[in-house]
Amino acid sequence: MSLLEIENLALDIGGTPILRDIDLTIKAGEVMGLVGESGSGKSMTALTVMKLLPNAAKARGRVTFDGIDILAAPEQAMNQLRGDDIGMVFQEPMTALNPVKTIGEQVAEGIRWHTGASRADAEARARAILDRVGLPESKFPLTRYPHELSGGQRQRVVIAIACALRPKLLIADEPTTALDVVLQAQILELLRDLVDENRMGLLLISHDLAVVTDMADRVTIMRDGAVMESGETARTLSEQKHPYTRQLAQASVHVPERAAAPDTSRDLLLKVSGVTRDYPLRRASLFGAPRHFRAVDGVSLMLNRGQSKALVGRSGCGKSTLARLILALDRPTSGSIRFDGEELTGRSENELKPARRNMQVVFQDPYGSFNPRHKVERLVAEPLHLLDPQPGPAERREKVAEALVNVGMQPSDMDKYPHEFSGGQRQRLSIARAIITRPRLIVADEPVSALDVSIRAQILDLFADLNQRLGVAYLFITHDLTVARAITDEVLVMHDGRIVEEGDTGRVFDAPRSDAARALVEAAPDLQRAIARRLAAAG
Amino acid sequence: MAAFILKRLAIGLATLVLASIVVFSVMEILPGDPALLMLGMNATDEALAVLRNQMGLNDPVHLRYLAWVAGMLVGDFGNSYTYSTPVIELIGERAVVSLPLATISLALSTLIAIPVGMFAAARRGRIADTSVMGVTQLGVAIPNFWFALLLIYVFAVWLRLVPAGGFPGWGGGVWPGIRSLFLPAVALALPQAAILARVTRSAMLEVLGEDYIRTARAKGMPRRIVLWRHALRNAMIPVLTIMGLQFAFLLAGTIIIENVFYLPGLGRLVFQAITQRDLIVVEGVVMLLVASVVIVNLAVDLTYALVDPRLRSRA
Repeated sequence: MSLLEIENLALDIGGTPILRDIDLTIKAGEVMGLVGESGSGKSMTALTVMKLLPNAAKARGRVTFDGIDILAAPEQAMNQLRGDDIGMVFQEPMTALNPVKTIGEQVAEGIRWHTGASRADAEARARAILDRVGLPESKFPLTRYPHELSGGQRQRVVIAIACALRPKLLIADEPTTALDVVLQAQILELLRDLVDENRMGLLLISHDLAVVTDMADRVTIMRDGAVMESGETARTLSEQKHPYTRQLAQASVHVPERAAAPDTSRDLLLKVSGVTRDYPLRRASLFGAPRHFRAVDGVSLMLNRGQSKALVGRSGCGKSTLARLILALDRPTSGSIRFDGEELTGRSENELKPARRNMQVVFQDPYGSFNPRHKVERLVAEPLHLLDPQPGPAERREKVAEALVNVGMQPSDMDKYPHEFSGGQRQRLSIARAIITRPRLIVADEPVSALDVSIRAQILDLFADLNQRLGVAYLFITHDLTVARAITDEVLVMHDGRIVEEGDTGRVFDAPRSDAARALVEAAPDLQRAIARRLAAAG
Repeated sequence: MAAFILKRLAIGLATLVLASIVVFSVMEILPGDPALLMLGMNATDEALAVLRNQMGLNDPVHLRYLAWVAGMLVGDFGNSYTYSTPVIELIGERAVVSLPLATISLALSTLIAIPVGMFAAARRGRIADTSVMGVTQLGVAIPNFWFALLLIYVFAVWLRLVPAGGFPGWGGGVWPGIRSLFLPAVALALPQAAILARVTRSAMLEVLGEDYIRTARAKGMPRRIVLWRHALRNAMIPVLTIMGLQFAFLLAGTIIIENVFYLPGLGRLVFQAITQRDLIVVEGVVMLLVASVVIVNLAVDLTYALVDPRLRSRA
């Protein structure tokens, strides 16, 4: 008998159908990958198993865990299952822990609740599981608070909470999506070890086909609240029988067509020389010397007109700080930044206007960077205030319409509000906003990492297309090597504030020389390699 | 942490200095001659001049300000023009009424508001929530003096449970004193409780939507325990902020309420002093009220740091 059996599950929330005909089983010690794009119902399936659905949700069908009918189980019975026999790990480690309680309290709480252990016993067990997930006492005593830990460390605490009582089933909902690739590899390895140690069943939810292929024995592929295909991972993904499976697989390895990079080596656009940025730290004591954190450390780089360069590195390596310096949103402590022949450092806001017009930015979160109360026309037209002379209302609308058409949208979209668009369309809008002043450089900070794979493929195509048609140069900041490979000619690898390696993108990723680059390449999930490995293992 | 406390203390001190300047300036600008007031309309010009000289009214402004501040620092608030007794003594007599009154009403409003707010948040959108919030809406809208009259009518006139007004003093024991403060405290507390309950509810609702609440539920903790252990402390910051602000309103509220209930408190003292142009008393009481508001807000700031470890390490 399987550990978890979901049969014919249907779910609606306040009358809106969310899931239909879901079938899924997990055996003890098995890893089931649940794949799908956002809104496909993956998380709702998981929350149904935990019975942590919103109040207005109604589930029908059958969900059996270890012989217990979950849908019929009273709240009290669920409280005994949750955290004891079923553990759950969530996507966002930064907010998953209570900020006012120590990590020791938070891990021990569940242990005490379920086992009735004394405070001391529960703390001893909490200590043991924290050691197990890689948070040793010397650096991570139980008295630490969540804000004193990094994202990866917090996710380890969440895993410790979920696995403290050796659950029979662990549900991990996008456990590594918010982490960089190196941390992702570490967390996935930890999960795999915990599965092996305890013959735990693992339901791994992810939008990343490569991650799932790497981890899961079997996969279930969902779309629009229904299961498209399920089966053994190696076979399902190598045969790609179902058209949607094929579509997903192709989108996740999509490389936009790009003409060979024109030789622009003599046409320098951006020159960063020896740039350093220090941030003041809190003094160790009241009278101690002021201390600094060096976020960017003597970085030099060059970018030619029309060139597309990637800046890759782990989270916290200083890549976003460097981007802010280049965009003149922050001032370097020392060093110089020349853009289009003009020095940017030490200039007043007014003197920077021409430069600002010629460089624009695209952020990761297309929703967070738009004021929801403004119409698209106003949002996309924002950078036009940099123009001299200012365009009149008619010219303004004309320019907005042109920018919208350039990113594949309709001129009529300018009278809508941002919430009327999907995530991918919103990212198109932010690209439209970036190109409206016809800039020479676009700095794109993780521009596709919040997007589903099929949308990501379209946006990458758009970037490639704009590069060709408008000749705009890119600095692509990303931790995703697949994206860097797909869209850039050259790459800069950043580590601890320094550029540790640079060169032709393909060459650097195929034969990395620095430790930092090698760590990134080894940790990066790769669908083709993962499938090959699975097939080899299956014989 | 030490730096945090020092910084807060400095801000509090600066507030006091600023307030003293404002209070002093307002009193300077107000019309009315204290010497004339003390001697009466029939005083001779010579007598007035002598008295003005004695009272230091002819000194330059900044000297009088400094003398006033220096006096307050050693507990000398000057002498009342009308009572001819030291202001500090007047304040002392009255504070034993007003201080317990403010403390009781603050405690009362907190004890009512926080559970009510939590109760409503836990039952969001249901009948219990809607009706509780309806009642608090009423509590916010009703002015406290009108509410006080209603309380007097019901509990003093009709049910005869408590006195309708006046204060027997603490000499006859604690209970008679508390009994006569009970109605005024309720009248002061309930409108405040209504506001605080609404703030608690919305703060709780916001916290209940946080990811860590889901983490706690996924641990198997029942909803009720999650509410008390995980949600309440995180919801405390906005609640504490409002409580600190409310304290100032509470003190201002005593002026009206003490008049309605004939309580010999600071509120009535300042009210009488204003009508009699006993400016030196007004200055003293106002400075005292400002100081207590500053102290309460300092306490609120320090409580923030107790509640939230992030504030402790950032400071």
